[in-house]
Amino acid sequence: MHTNGTTPLVEMRNISIAFGGIKAVDGVSVDLRPGEVVGLLGHNGAGKSTLIKILSGAYRPDAGEIYVNGEHADIATPRDAKRYGIETIYQTLALADNIDAAGNIFLGREVLTPYGTLDDATMEAETRKVMARLNPHFRRFKEPVKALSGGQRQSVAIARAIYFNARVLIMDEPTAALGPAETQQVADLVLQLKKEGIGIFLISHDIHDVFGLADRVSVMKNGKLVGSANVQDVTQDEVLGMIILGKCPPGATPGPGAS
Amino acid sequence: MTAPVATAAPPPSAASGSLLSKLEIDVRMLGMLAALAVIWIGFDILSGGVFLTPRNLWNLSVQTASVAVMATGMVLVIVTRNIDLSVGAILGVVGMIIGVAQVQWLPAYLGLEHWLTAPLAVLIALVAGGLIGLFQGWLIAYLGIPSFIVTLGGLLVWRGAAWWVTTGQTVAPMDTRFKAFGGGVEGALGATTTWIIAAVACGLIIVGLGLTRRRRLRFGFPVRPGWGDAVIAVVACGAVLATAAIFNAYPMPMGSARTWAEARGIAWPEGGLFISQGVALPVLIAIVVGLVMTFIATRRRFGRYVFAIGGNPEAAELSGINTRWTLMKVFGLMGLLCGISACISTARLNAATNAAGTLDELYVIASAVIGGTSLAGGIGTIAGAMLGALVMQSLQSGMVLLGVDTPLQNIVVGAVLVLAVWVDSLYRRRIK
Repeated sequence: MHTNGTTPLVEMRNISIAFGGIKAVDGVSVDLRPGEVVGLLGHNGAGKSTLIKILSGAYRPDAGEIYVNGEHADIATPRDAKRYGIETIYQTLALADNIDAAGNIFLGREVLTPYGTLDDATMEAETRKVMARLNPHFRRFKEPVKALSGGQRQSVAIARAIYFNARVLIMDEPTAALGPAETQQVADLVLQLKKEGIGIFLISHDIHDVFGLADRVSVMKNGKLVGSANVQDVTQDEVLGMIILGKCPPGATPGPGAS
Repeated sequence: MTAPVATAAPPPSAASGSLLSKLEIDVRMLGMLAALAVIWIGFDILSGGVFLTPRNLWNLSVQTASVAVMATGMVLVIVTRNIDLSVGAILGVVGMIIGVAQVQWLPAYLGLEHWLTAPLAVLIALVAGGLIGLFQGWLIAYLGIPSFIVTLGGLLVWRGAAWWVTTGQTVAPMDTRFKAFGGGVEGALGATTTWIIAAVACGLIIVGLGLTRRRRLRFGFPVRPGWGDAVIAVVACGAVLATAAIFNAYPMPMGSARTWAEARGIAWPEGGLFISQGVALPVLIAIVVGLVMTFIATRRRFGRYVFAIGGNPEAAELSGINTRWTLMKVFGLMGLLCGISACISTARLNAATNAAGTLDELYVIASAVIGGTSLAGGIGTIAGAMLGALVMQSLQSGMVLLGVDTPLQNIVVGAVLVLAVWVDSLYRRRIK
């Protein structure tokens, strides 16, 4: 695997998890450096989302270790992951539909008044600021997010991830529900965050999305890592070969899943 | 680049929208109040002016208290996509426990009619109810047994346990101070206290509106027009004062008033004395419980988590909320409220029977649902549920006044429940 001197922001080593005897993730190792975008590719069911849910604390791995800034990290719950600065935008967005934008952005991390009550005014003010950056036309601060459009819901989910100074951002199929203009908006945001030194895992089954944005790609198939490569060392066709056939091209570092 | 956005944006609600949206009034709640008004006026006409008398309204308020208290907790239970079928049975067993405590256990140490008996009995009720609720919550949240099953089992278990406490004997009478929790002569707070409470409530309404307004202005958020706040303040304070006036217009019965006067050394005049009952203690308790529960549901982190769990359990979990502990606390709170209701109904009956609270679970659930709590979870208000309890009780006592047979009463209440939920679902579909 490539190393360019800096300590990885995040390193997942030999991660395995099984559900009812089926190994969803089997001995996978991936890493991510500051300001780097790593695309995680593979078919539906290849184990990408499961791997990433381990990093975000939703699942506990059966085996393997996670290192943050070179130090061993014990991530048992989503709260632990957030403490390490790991934020996730889930494919389902994971929004509580009956609560407004501010309530969702601050869910689990509410701002309280000195009397221990919810400080809704401060949370709304902060929400207006972060939404002004992501989606300047957003006005529906008082409505439950159920009433919002797909793009607006997406920006609420993104706002929740970036508001708390994430150092690692996991984006699971971030553009699946978006139109072309909104997809471009997400792409611009990824580049902007990258400039700020945030490391991003970009999960997608759309290879074109990933090739435009990622510095490196890691490909999974049947729960195993086929290989990792710098995007300039491989062609899109070669990566497609990794995804479909599990065949590792010469420009990539093969993993245990390479055939 | 971000700071001026809030102030530069035109307030969207002020530009468009009707009078109601300008005042930010909940239209559903207004609809319920209208329905209640129709029921009240209808019964008043049918009963020849008996329904809308201070006496009947006072009784109505006392009769509603127990179910209203439990309905506030049921809202949170249903909001988390759960149900509690055991509340009536918990009320029954807790009522038996505090009955025996007052009549047998505590007098053995304190003697009869000791001043500590009533507070200790209430404490026992709260602890017993809370523990039962927490235990059921633990089974539901940590062992993953569906709440329908746990509380269905609880309904049978606690009802059986209520019988077991005294092997079916009724326990009576209750401690005199304890009887205040049931209303009646001991629990009537009198005219002066009622006016003081009403005045304090009006003050809090005005201060609350003012503080909210100032806070929103400081952040540059859109606010209601000034006259809107004024209208709301006048209407709310008017309602509080009118309620107080009605409670104060109901005098004690002659016999009780005479005892009351003699106890205070007041001479009993020829024509009798008009001594106001004022608000009844159980009603005051229900109102305070409603306010506290509203505060918990809307202003506290716990309440936000409860609604988040109801809206999307997975999202709540992924946000780092301890959903299991939150759920367990919801059921613990429900049990605690059953303990309060057990005090109210045991004191009101002046006896503890193992049948107390039978069918209450259905009235409590119906109140919450009529009050706009969605069984799909995530939606519901405390005030709505309490209003729902008042609607149910109004129907029932109205029919009693008209001399409607019990089976027909049940038929009407059942039909109204179904009708109310249907109308509500129509309304929700329309606003979508």
